[in-house]
Amino acid sequence: MLEVTNLHARVVDAEDGEILKGLNLTVKSGEIHAIMGPNGSGKSTFANVLAGRPDYEVTEGDIKLDGESILETPPNERAHKGIFLAFQYPAEIPGVRPWQFMKAALDSRNEAHGEKKLSVREFSKLFDSKVAEVKINPDLMKRSLNEGFSGGEKKRNEMLQLAILEPRLAVLDETDSGLDVDAMGIVANAVNALRSPERSFIIVTHYVRLLHHITPDIVHVLADGRLVETGGPELAEEVEREGYKRFLSGQEAEPAPAGA
Amino acid sequence: MTTSSKQPQKISRNTDLSDQEYRWGFVTDVDADMAPKGLSEDVVRFISARKSEPEWLLEWRLKAYRHWLTLQASDAEPKWAKVKYPPIDYQDMFYYSAPKRAEDAPQSLDEVDPELLEAFEKLGVPLHEREKLAGVAVDAVFDSVSVATTFAAKLEELGIIFCSFSEAVKNHPDLVRKHLGSVVPYTDNFFATLNSAVFSDGSFAYVPPGVRCPIELMTYFRINTEGSGQFERTLIIADKGAFVSYLEGCTAPIRRTSQLHAAVVELVALDDSEIKYSTVQNWFPGTKEGVGGVYNFVTKRGRADRAAKISWTQVETGSAITWKYPSVILRGDNSVGEFYSVALTNNYQQADTGTKMIHIGKNTKSTIVAKGISAGHGQNTYRGQVKIMPGAENATNHTQCDSLLIGDKCGAHTVPYIEVQNPTARLEHEASTSKVSDDQLFYLMQRGISDEEAHHMIITGWSRDVIKELPFEFAMEASQLLKVSLEGAVG
Ligand SMILES: Nc1ncnc2c1ncn2[C@@H]1O[C@H](COP(=O)(O)OP(=O)(O)OP(=O)(O)O)[C@@H](O)[C@H]1O
Ligand SMILES: [Mg+2]
Repeated sequence: MLEVTNLHARVVDAEDGEILKGLNLTVKSGEIHAIMGPNGSGKSTFANVLAGRPDYEVTEGDIKLDGESILETPPNERAHKGIFLAFQYPAEIPGVRPWQFMKAALDSRNEAHGEKKLSVREFSKLFDSKVAEVKINPDLMKRSLNEGFSGGEKKRNEMLQLAILEPRLAVLDETDSGLDVDAMGIVANAVNALRSPERSFIIVTHYVRLLHHITPDIVHVLADGRLVETGGPELAEEVEREGYKRFLSGQEAEPAPAGA
Repeated sequence: MTTSSKQPQKISRNTDLSDQEYRWGFVTDVDADMAPKGLSEDVVRFISARKSEPEWLLEWRLKAYRHWLTLQASDAEPKWAKVKYPPIDYQDMFYYSAPKRAEDAPQSLDEVDPELLEAFEKLGVPLHEREKLAGVAVDAVFDSVSVATTFAAKLEELGIIFCSFSEAVKNHPDLVRKHLGSVVPYTDNFFATLNSAVFSDGSFAYVPPGVRCPIELMTYFRINTEGSGQFERTLIIADKGAFVSYLEGCTAPIRRTSQLHAAVVELVALDDSEIKYSTVQNWFPGTKEGVGGVYNFVTKRGRADRAAKISWTQVETGSAITWKYPSVILRGDNSVGEFYSVALTNNYQQADTGTKMIHIGKNTKSTIVAKGISAGHGQNTYRGQVKIMPGAENATNHTQCDSLLIGDKCGAHTVPYIEVQNPTARLEHEASTSKVSDDQLFYLMQRGISDEEAHHMIITGWSRDVIKELPFEFAMEASQLLKVSLEGAVG
């Protein structure tokens, strides 16, 4: 489904060098991949480049979805093709209600696919059922999108959107960070509920805990802009125990987060 | 859509006629459409005569005209607003043109400018209103006329008067005479004085004591005062305990041919009454390059008596220049004044708008929510005055001014004037300036929403506190209007 070859990327117009330095990754339909890696190694950058954030430019390499390059595809059309990014830091949008936002998102996709838009009533039914499913406080839905939401509430709201949009390729950027134990279960349920042979996930995380709930098929370590190691779930356990020392070229090595 | 490119009709001096005509110095052909170019006492008399006005009103106009001459002589045209425009030649325009006759109007929508029809489509203007807005000959529009008549009957039953200003002068002279100029005196300011001398027509509404007007006035009539020209005069009176919600203007892009517009709106809210006045203004803003467009110099003010409430809501996206400060004089104890505004400037538009809240009574309360959106080379200034007079015990004001910038060639300015003469007053002022952030845009686009739609969503969301004050049907149109007005500024 997704094929990333020799991906190099940097911040547009920046003097600094590349953040992604030749990243290779193949994700097949139905697979769940986990990506771990030290702070600042380029995980969020990779997730955003996949989604087409205009702040980054790809200087080399390619990203193919179903065999076709999407480098020139604008972010909204990538979303229509089924790419979803659960943000590490979701934006706050004053005056815009979550309901309205999700309706517009779903409408845009249905329109792009030449499908019928849901009526207000149909959509409301869907929305309410998903709100119940991800156990997000319904009062939050009366507020502006993400405005004044706690860190964990924002993450739940990302899971609500995941559940409504049912994307083909979902990238979760540290969705588990800052979540309480119950919320962790909700993220796991949201992913597991959608798990299917047609759907793939890339889960960026620092902790093995989430991976105990969602068993990944493949685990990668991203360091210094590349995937430096690939393995099974046992690789995540190793990282948790030993940290990233082994994967770093000398001076950048830092101890693993204590007690994590 | 142009008003009339016809030559002004011949106006001949004629000493051979009745006294009255002689005194005016001229007579006109019966079907004369326009007063001669320029402003003079004769022109003021001509306007008054064409409208068969009573003597007292003519006198009032003349007093205004003479006062205006002194203002002009002392160069009193206001210059303090942050707007730039070439000097206006007041002798180089027409001050009266008769309402268009049915034969001259387009007979059906097929004859209407396609650009206008497209705008209706984009704005979602209800079908039955399009013909009226486009000025299609009225007797061709059965639907809306019958709707209007049904409501007129209902209003009459309740004793509500709602008619053109000219009709009110004819049919309810006492009410007009009592209140005209009571809130905005003819000496008020240069433009209000000019209006007082030459006003053409406008709306008049009166709601009797204790009556709650059951419909939004103008919702079904919103074109009735259109075509009443550049010097509109509106007077709305809510008698004791009455309530009325009034909507002015329409969302269609009316391409007025005349540049200068100087309207006056007076609201009189007697004890315990409430007036809600909403405006959606989308006059021709000039071309993308900043050529042409309407200069909109408006004086709007209301007087709130004991425990009365006046609420102004405006969404201003049109005109090349907007100079407008809807105000409330909180004269009675416990009276309330509100001002909710979104002003959008794109391309080379300039808006200098805000409000004045004058607290005179005790326990008076005012709220100001002013939002300015600037895009392109647009310049947007909020200018607001809060004045607490010595007798205004326990007055409170809350002011919130927010500016949103799109691009880096536009400007936003906030100019608050605060004058407190009573130590018990409590005032709060909040101000913010923001940009549509890349984070917000990318977030929406990542979910599939287009660039343009994303901007629109962020902007209407940001304006929500104001838009939600509009009557429901217009809130949707106002939101669409923001989108249409920003076309070309985003993406
Ligand atoms: N828009 C940007 N402007 C400037 N620098 C950036 C930008 N985006 C990323 N970087 C830099 O690129 C590097 C990688 O950042 P990125 O956010 O991808 O790291 P990460 O692996 O997600 O880290 P964390 O685990 O802390 O979330 C960092 O040094 C960061 O400062
Ligand atoms: Mg990150």
